[in-house]
Amino acid sequence: MSKQLISVRINDELFEGEVEPRKTLADFIREDCTLTGTHLACEHGVCGACTILLDGEAVRSCLMFAVQADGASLTTLEGLAPEGGPMTPVQQGFMEHHGLQCGFCTPGFVISAHAFLRDHPDPTEEEIREGLSGNLCRCTGYQGIVRAVQRAAEITREDVTA
Amino acid sequence: MSTVEKPSAARFVGARVQRREDPRLLSGHGQYIDDVRLPGMLHATFVRSPLARARIVAIDLEHALAVPGVVAIWDGSALNGDAATPLWDWAGEGTPFPEVRALAEGDVRFAGDPVAIVIARDRYVAEDAAELVDVEYEPLQAVVGRELAEASTGRAHDGIDTNVAWSAASPTDPALEAAFAASAHVITETFRQQRHVNVPMEPRGLVAHWERGAEQLTVYASSQNPHQDREYFARVMGLPEHHVRVIMRDVGGGFGQKIFRTREETAVALASRRLGRPVKWIEDRQENLMAANHARDEQMTLRVGVDADGVITAIHASHLADVGAYPLMPAMMPGFMALEVLPGPYRFARYGWAGKSVFTNTSGISAYRGPWMMETVAREIMMDVVAREIGVDPAEIRRRNVIQTEDLPYTTPTGREYDRISPAQTLEAALEEIGYERFREEQARARAEGRYLGLGISTYIEPTAGAQGPTGIEAATVRVEPSGKVNVLMGTGSHGHSLETTMVQVVADQLGVPIEDVRLLQGDTAVSPYGGGTAGSRSAVIAGGVARISAIKLREKVLELAGHLLEAAAADLEIEDGTITVKGSPGSSIAFADVARIAYYDPSRLPEGMEPGLESTSRYSAPPATYANSTQVCTCEVDVATGEVRLLDYVVGEDCGVMINPMVVEGQIAGGVAQGIGGALLEHLAYDETGNPLAITFKDYLLPTTEDVPDIRYVHVETPSNTPGGHKGVGEGGAIGAPAAIVNAVADALAPLGVRVTSQPLSPDRVLAMIDDARSA
Ligand code: FES
Ligand code: FES
Repeated sequence: MSKQLISVRINDELFEGEVEPRKTLADFIREDCTLTGTHLACEHGVCGACTILLDGEAVRSCLMFAVQADGASLTTLEGLAPEGGPMTPVQQGFMEHHGLQCGFCTPGFVISAHAFLRDHPDPTEEEIREGLSGNLCRCTGYQGIVRAVQRAAEITREDVTA
Repeated sequence: MSTVEKPSAARFVGARVQRREDPRLLSGHGQYIDDVRLPGMLHATFVRSPLARARIVAIDLEHALAVPGVVAIWDGSALNGDAATPLWDWAGEGTPFPEVRALAEGDVRFAGDPVAIVIARDRYVAEDAAELVDVEYEPLQAVVGRELAEASTGRAHDGIDTNVAWSAASPTDPALEAAFAASAHVITETFRQQRHVNVPMEPRGLVAHWERGAEQLTVYASSQNPHQDREYFARVMGLPEHHVRVIMRDVGGGFGQKIFRTREETAVALASRRLGRPVKWIEDRQENLMAANHARDEQMTLRVGVDADGVITAIHASHLADVGAYPLMPAMMPGFMALEVLPGPYRFARYGWAGKSVFTNTSGISAYRGPWMMETVAREIMMDVVAREIGVDPAEIRRRNVIQTEDLPYTTPTGREYDRISPAQTLEAALEEIGYERFREEQARARAEGRYLGLGISTYIEPTAGAQGPTGIEAATVRVEPSGKVNVLMGTGSHGHSLETTMVQVVADQLGVPIEDVRLLQGDTAVSPYGGGTAGSRSAVIAGGVARISAIKLREKVLELAGHLLEAAAADLEIEDGTITVKGSPGSSIAFADVARIAYYDPSRLPEGMEPGLESTSRYSAPPATYANSTQVCTCEVDVATGEVRLLDYVVGEDCGVMINPMVVEGQIAGGVAQGIGGALLEHLAYDETGNPLAITFKDYLLPTTEDVPDIRYVHVETPSNTPGGHKGVGEGGAIGAPAAIVNAVADALAPLGVRVTSQPLSPDRVLAMIDDARSA
């Protein structure tokens, strides 16, 4: 299969690579760019573990081809907080409220929560539950995740008013 | 060690300490199996049977081998002979068992049976080639359905002339029959539980690396117990155990599915040895749902004798399990465990049982969070059936039968000995927290308005930390390094249950050092002493117990050395926050780090006869079981127009002894309850009558989401166990108790319509059908 040259900015770093047109964006991120913080739990678009930000929008990287991201700017879990710097409010919330156990679904939840909170800075619990209902977690029972997102909204508000 | 003395300064055990694993996992730097990359690594995929039962007539590899990038393709006849022994064998007197080989050979026995392994330079190429492997099958009659298997004219396995894998019963007991005859009521009902899949979010996978020259196999595993894996690979590959190393780093959930190594994983290890190169296999979700081991798929019939006051005087249970084609545990296990645990939290004086397991042409059964939990499902739904039938309140009937503190110690009819349990207390605590009386009033008002609200109770005793054979012991090496920092080496592994935090809490308390100064190293057989790994809710009790024992032993040495240096008696010293002080004279102290440095670098300052260094290794052999108890109570509303069940409130009253970290305890319970909700309302790995699986994507196998799992409230009762830290297991209880609580809530809601609920999942279509059936009855 003939390969195509693409260039994608991920977490503010430029990645150029030759990929087969059929290679998924998730596999490109994980294998070609060795950013393994993005996880694959179904590879058919249901679980949300592979969620990343593509030009700011949350997308499922298992459902896209790498060539479709040519020229785009992506954020994965590794790029949310500066290396060695403070966690984001969402990460902080997950830590404080036991929003993860095995951590396999976590990349998708954290990225989805970032996108969700940007659009709903002051969400109700019901809105959080609806907003994250497209992500699956098998460990936590979700309670810690919902609390984590509530806490993240609170931290963000405190930061703004401080 | 019979009592629980509190550590001298209990600062971490009992506290909601934030998790040590989180910064790594939250920043994308976990190390899961698919993140492992080795130089020269190849990728494997499997050709699988599309049929449940068929003869393999011919396998044509020609086109597949021609795909550029393909390195090798082997079928069963080519690869199986590399194994030194059958992969596992549970055959015994009256319990036949098939020969388990890495790949199918001659015939296939379930849809998904691995027929050939394809090795290529990347997974895309491997999958391309797998598509081109041409297998000719001659279909045979498949054995499908647990209630049909025994009478089927088909056979699940060649060479085994019955589909009955195990059958046994308690001896005839005239006293039991007499008790039934004397009962005011005898009630019989059958309860059914559908086939589930554990569904860890990370599917199965491994990387096997055969190192030529060293003649050593290194396996990176997505596992629950690296030391048992080492023993497994050594045995099936015919290797000495010290030439096998198993490493598990972060694992994306297991829930029982990753206890045992499977046929595919074995094939990958054999392939790596043939090629002398690392080989990686990561299954996809369809494979996980189709061919990784399944669970539940069982039914239990209870016959119960009750006296006029609602006291149960006789009970008989008979269990039937479908264990699939190649169960990963003995065929007796689901039934025998369930039947043995069934008396649970009640004073059932007379008990008899019968159990049977059948082979079918479906994916094999293995452990799933509380693999015996059918006992709670059947018993607790039956308690409500009885209550309804004889007109007693369901809370009240439990009160009349539950074991009270004054009954302890108590021995069940199956010989289990309860000592430090509190089932009556957790029952009352949960009922009070949910507001039982108030809910009954609300329910009556709702009924008057034509709304269907219900409440369900589920009470149980969980045998945790079962300790025998390979899971009997845990070990901990606690090592203070020359700088005073502490490494703890244990044979455990990490798949979500927070041991990197909880074990460190235990050790930091005993050594009196800041928690940041202690780190757990686990999951690597080259680093850690032997341990049984994770299964049966054993980590808090056995691993937590030995971490404590080993840390106490080391603390004694630290104090002896410090006493020598400070010219004080060890008994007069205390360690707090990394400083050792003579009690009452704060001026006389030495830093923990200084003691460590002297222990390693300045042996002349050690007391006479003391070995240099600061390290202790202990092993702990736990009691056969440590009992936890719990009551779950939930409320729901059923929409009788749509069949939708909505959970309104959820309370778990539980006694897991001394909690190391209540946040982790609650997380374990919540996760288990969510899995129970899935099983009660959504999940079903159905097969059609030809053995074709019907739910092999997440669009068909429905997991609960944020919208299905309500907030759960907890009431903790802490009765210390008779083990070193006073802990009890808590990993499985949530999953054990939830289905019965939910079924009972739905049955309670629909009782005015005459609906009986005896099976799951309570999906909207099935709820509507039950309502229709009741109306037309
Ligand atoms: S892996 Fe992409 S949605 Fe599941
Ligand atoms: S934390 Fe394990 S799947 Fe969500």
